Amino acid sequence: MSDKEPLFSAKNRKLITNPIGAQNPITIQVLGICSALAVTAKLEPAIVMSISVMFVLVFANLFISLLRNTIPARIRIIVQLVVVAALVILVDQILKAFAYEVSKQLSVFVGLIITNCIIMGRLEAFALGNKPWQSVLDGVGNAAGYGVILVIVAFFRELLGAGTLTLPAVGTLTIIPQAFYDLGYVNNGLMILPPMALVTVGVIIWVQRSRNKDLIES
Amino acid sequence: MENIINIFIKSIFIDNMVFAYFLGMCSYLAVSKTVKTSFGLGVAVVFVLAITVPVDYLLNEYVLKAGALSWLGESFADVDLSFLSFIMFIAVIASMVQLVEMIVEKFAPALYSSLGIFLPLIAVNCAILGGSLFMQERQYASLGEATSFAFGSGIGWLLAIVGIAAIREKLKYSDIPAPLRGLGITFIVTGLMGIAFMSFMGIQL
Repeated sequence: MSDKEPLFSAKNRKLITNPIGAQNPITIQVLGICSALAVTAKLEPAIVMSISVMFVLVFANLFISLLRNTIPARIRIIVQLVVVAALVILVDQILKAFAYEVSKQLSVFVGLIITNCIIMGRLEAFALGNKPWQSVLDGVGNAAGYGVILVIVAFFRELLGAGTLTLPAVGTLTIIPQAFYDLGYVNNGLMILPPMALVTVGVIIWVQRSRNKDLIES
Repeated sequence: MENIINIFIKSIFIDNMVFAYFLGMCSYLAVSKTVKTSFGLGVAVVFVLAITVPVDYLLNEYVLKAGALSWLGESFADVDLSFLSFIMFIAVIASMVQLVEMIVEKFAPALYSSLGIFLPLIAVNCAILGGSLFMQERQYASLGEATSFAFGSGIGWLLAIVGIAAIREKLKYSDIPAPLRGLGITFIVTGLMGIAFMSFMGIQL
């Protein structure tokens, strides 16, 4: 790759767009599910979680890519874990200082970004073998792919489960009008409970694979 | 004693790692194709959890917690290192996994050949770090309680992965809509299993 290549060449753009669609880390590569599902009962923690993961993934990719020629192969996992853990501590402290309520809702799941398979997976598969700028783009793309699924799941769970949408800095918006309730509409409380996160992701996978037949498993 | 048994039962059925907190989902989905391998991974998770959580408990109690360093002398009484807990826990887990792998390889080659391939995977399994973080958050009162929590969570995880593997073996013969095959149906079945496990929630311990 020559240095004259434009920053957003077609190849580089693909690094961002691929993980959002056909190479989505959650629905196709099955990475990062661990923390993805537990934070999606409401929209606000899901958005905050996506932003945190994007921050950690982009910078971890950048640092590991800068260090890639100096890290001995045998201890690379430990080096990666230390870099990621340091970034996660930073995110955790920032959340505690500026968004205490959300940080309490996210509880241990901020810490679990360390063992989020997307991050380790991208560091292993991409950042160790590519230049810093490409690694940053790859980080942005994968974190966006993760965030998109999180936001979709949280949107449906909160809307159907509680009839509201909670946005950061805006607060809770009531979406379902009172007239509906008067007519006998009832919120589906099951959507808020943990198992429905799994079913929602299952349905998203179903829809995605029905539209793109190449992704169907044999 | 009663308390310890309560925590054990509670962490297997009510606070199940997979169904209530979605921990360790990556390996849960990737390795649950056959009962045999998933049982091996499940045993490895129980093993590693039962070692790392008590060690992290001691670390938290005597080094990291606010005021934990007071045994070093008066001047350390108000040191709070809890912000370091992520990096310390993950370091303990990574080194413990390495250590366990070497010990098992040396003294139990038979166990190593069946467990060996799973051990390195486990260092980055969310269930292990999650175990330590929940232990810290719930502030268990004694080493015994923390250990019983670790054992219970591990066994709960084992139960979940063996259950889904058995179901997936049977699913091979079912006529599933093509786009749902593989990953999609596994998610939905796990969701249904989670709903089944929710029936334990009413139990008062």
